Amino acid sequence: MTELRIMRGREWSRPVRPARREVLSALPELEEGRPPLLFVPGFGHGAWAFAEHWLGHAASRGFPAYAVSLRGHGGSEPAPEATLRAYAHDVVQVAASLPRQAVLVGHGAGALVVAHALARYPARGAVLVAPVFGGWGVLGAALRRNPAGTLPAVFGGPLRLNRGQLFSRELPDEEARRHVGRLGRAGRRAQWALLGEPEAEPAVGSPPVLVLGSPDDRVVPASTLTRVARRYGSAPLLFPGMGHDLMLDARWAEPIDAILDWLEKEPAPAR
Amino acid sequence: MSTSTDHGRPDPETTPSALSSDGRPVSDRGDTVCVIGAGASGLTAIKNLREHDFGVDCYERETGVGGAWNWRHDRSPVYASTHLLSSKPFTQFPDFPMPDSWPDYPHHSQLLSYFERYADHFDLRSHIWFGTEVIRVEPAEGDRWDVTTRSTGGYGPERTSRYAAVVIANGHNWSPKLPRYEGLEEFRGEIMHASSYKDPAQLRGKRVLVVGAGNTGCDIAVEAAQQASRCWHSTRRGYWYAPKYVLGRPADQVNDTLLALRVPLRVRQWLYHWTLRLTVGDLTRFGLPKPDHRVYETHPIANSQLVYYVGHGAIGPVPDIARFHPYAVELADGRQIDPEVVIFATGYLPRFEFLDASVFADSAGAGRPTLWLNAFTPGHPTLAVAGLLQPDSGLFTLSHWQTVLFARLLRARRDRPERAAAFASRVRERAGERYSGQVKESSRHWFEVGHADYLRAIQRALHDLEAK
Repeated sequence: MTELRIMRGREWSRPVRPARREVLSALPELEEGRPPLLFVPGFGHGAWAFAEHWLGHAASRGFPAYAVSLRGHGGSEPAPEATLRAYAHDVVQVAASLPRQAVLVGHGAGALVVAHALARYPARGAVLVAPVFGGWGVLGAALRRNPAGTLPAVFGGPLRLNRGQLFSRELPDEEARRHVGRLGRAGRRAQWALLGEPEAEPAVGSPPVLVLGSPDDRVVPASTLTRVARRYGSAPLLFPGMGHDLMLDARWAEPIDAILDWLEKEPAPAR
Repeated sequence: MSTSTDHGRPDPETTPSALSSDGRPVSDRGDTVCVIGAGASGLTAIKNLREHDFGVDCYERETGVGGAWNWRHDRSPVYASTHLLSSKPFTQFPDFPMPDSWPDYPHHSQLLSYFERYADHFDLRSHIWFGTEVIRVEPAEGDRWDVTTRSTGGYGPERTSRYAAVVIANGHNWSPKLPRYEGLEEFRGEIMHASSYKDPAQLRGKRVLVVGAGNTGCDIAVEAAQQASRCWHSTRRGYWYAPKYVLGRPADQVNDTLLALRVPLRVRQWLYHWTLRLTVGDLTRFGLPKPDHRVYETHPIANSQLVYYVGHGAIGPVPDIARFHPYAVELADGRQIDPEVVIFATGYLPRFEFLDASVFADSAGAGRPTLWLNAFTPGHPTLAVAGLLQPDSGLFTLSHWQTVLFARLLRARRDRPERAAAFASRVRERAGERYSGQVKESSRHWFEVGHADYLRAIQRALHDLEAK
C-alpha cells in the first residue's frame, strides 16, 4: 500500500465542489449506543437500494442506519462529470455529519469509494460488500456476461447492468425488473477510473475491515473477493447462491445479519 | 451538548504508589498520556493518542472545549465578528471535514460548533477533566512526568499524577503582549488590548486609534471604520494586504496551486505583486507606508476590506506612536492626534508557567522554547508541544499531524526503541530549525512556519520513524 500522505496540494487548492446529497435513514426506537452505519451504494444504485430492506433491518437490531446517494445517483444532485474523488468526498461529508464515529458499508464500486473515504475519515470499521475494485478482469467478466450493456461504458456511455448479473433466480421476476428499472448511471470519469484500478491510500485510524460477497456473483469473480480481503488481512465471508446485489436479492437478510453479528462481536476499539 | 463532569470518568487511583521528588504522594497513571488543554490542538491530541491505543487524561481549565475559539472562555481572544483567515480546506482537521454547507471562511461560532462536534463524534469528552488547571509539570525518573493539578481558580486540594508522556496544548494567544510607551500612564483616554475587544458597539461614535497591523488589528480597524466617528490605524511598517479572494477563488487556494507546482518563491512574489497591481495598485498613494520587505517575508494579512476603507477615507493610516500625552498621542512624524480609545492589537506571547524554564532550555524565560518541528524538546523524548505554530495557513491540520507523529513516536518507543532513539538524536541535532522563508526578526515571527515546508518536514520525520 502507498504511504500515509500529508501533503494534499490538489485537495487544498482544488476542493471538491459541494453537491446536494440524498441521505435516507432508519433509526432504532431506543438509542443503545451502537455505532451508526453508513451504507454506500455502488455505481448506478442509489440510497433506495438499501432503504428496501437493510436500513430497516439494521435499525430493528439497534443500529442507527443511514444510506447516501452518491452525487448523480438516486435523489442527489445530477453530476455527469463526477470523479471517484467527488464520490469519496460525499461519503466523508455524510460520515462526519453523523453524531458518532460511523461504520462505512460499501457495495460494488461503492466499496472502492469507501476504501478511498477510509483514507480521509477514521471510520469505526468498514464492510466491503461484493467489492468492485476495478481492473481489466472485472471489465472482461462484464463484457462476457453482458456485452451490449458494458461496451458503451468503455466509450463513456452508461453502464447497463442486467437482471442476470445482479440477482439470483430466486428473486421474483417482477421485483427484479422493478429494481433494474431504477438503476441510474455513474459519471463517465468515475467509470473510467475503474479501469485504472486506482489504489486507495492507507486507511487512517486502522479500522477493522470485513469483506463479504457471493461466489456466484456474476460481476465480481470470487478471486477478486479473496484478493480484496487479503489486502485487509482477512478472508471473505461467502453467501453462495446469491447475485451481485446482496441487499436486494431474495435472501437479503443473511448478509446483513452477518454484518451486524460481526459488529457486535468485533471488540469495539478502545476509544 | 454534555458538560463538564456528567461523564462517568473514573477517578484516577488514589492510592499513592510513588512519591514525588519533594515527598508528595503521586498516583501512578501507568502508560496514560497527559494532555494539557482541550482547545483545537488538545482535542486532536486526545483523538490521535486514543486512535493509537493510548490512555489519555486531558486537563482543561475552562468548562468547555474549543479553547481560544470558545467565546465563553475568559481567555478567549475572539470578537463578535471574528472569521477565519484561511479557507476551509486549510483549516479543517484532515480527517474530519467541515460541512459543505459552510462558507469558504467560517465564523468563529461555527468553528466552536465544529470542535464540539469533533469532541462528540470521537467521544473525547470522557477523557477530559474540565475546570481543572495544571499548576506544575515536573520530570520524573524514566522519562516520565509528574503533573500537579487543582480546580481552576485555586480551589480544592492539589493532586499529583505520574504520566508516561505529556502533550502541552495550552495555546499561545491568551497572554497579551503590550508595548511600552512614554507617557502611557498619564493618558486619560481608554486603553485596551485587542483581547478585551469583543464588539463594535464598544467603538460606536468614538475617536479610535488601532495599533498594530496583524490580522486582528486590521479587522478592528475595519470595524472602527464602520462604527467609530474617526479611525486611525498605526503601523510600524508598510505591509502587504492580501485579499481573501483572487481570480475568483479563495486566495490561499490559488497560492497553494502554485505551491503544489513548486513554483519558486521569487516567481510567486512576482506573481503576487502583479496581482496586487491589477487590483488595488500602489498603496502609498493612500498614505500607507511602502512595505520595507517583499511579500511572504512577514506573516500574511488576509483582509479585503482594509484597503477599501482606506480608499474611502474611513481609516487614516498613521505611523508608529512616539509618546502619549494626557489628551493626545504624538506620532513618530511629529503629528498629534486625539483618540478617545486606543486599542493595542499587538499580539500575544506564549506562556508555560507550569514548567521550569530549564526544560525548554529557555533560560531567558521569554517563552520561546528551542524545539524541533516546533514540538519536540531535546533531552525530553516524552514531552511534546502541540500547536505552538504561527502558520501562513490554518493551524489545525498542522497540530493534527504533530500529534499523529507524537503518538507514533510513543508507539515506537515501545515497539522499536532503536527508531525512537534515532528520532531523539535528530531532535537534539535539529532543534531550532525554521520552516519558512526569510522572515523579519520579531517576536511576531518566533513560530512562523510555511505550511507546505512544515508539513513536508513532518512527512519526512514520519517516514524516517517508520520506514522499513
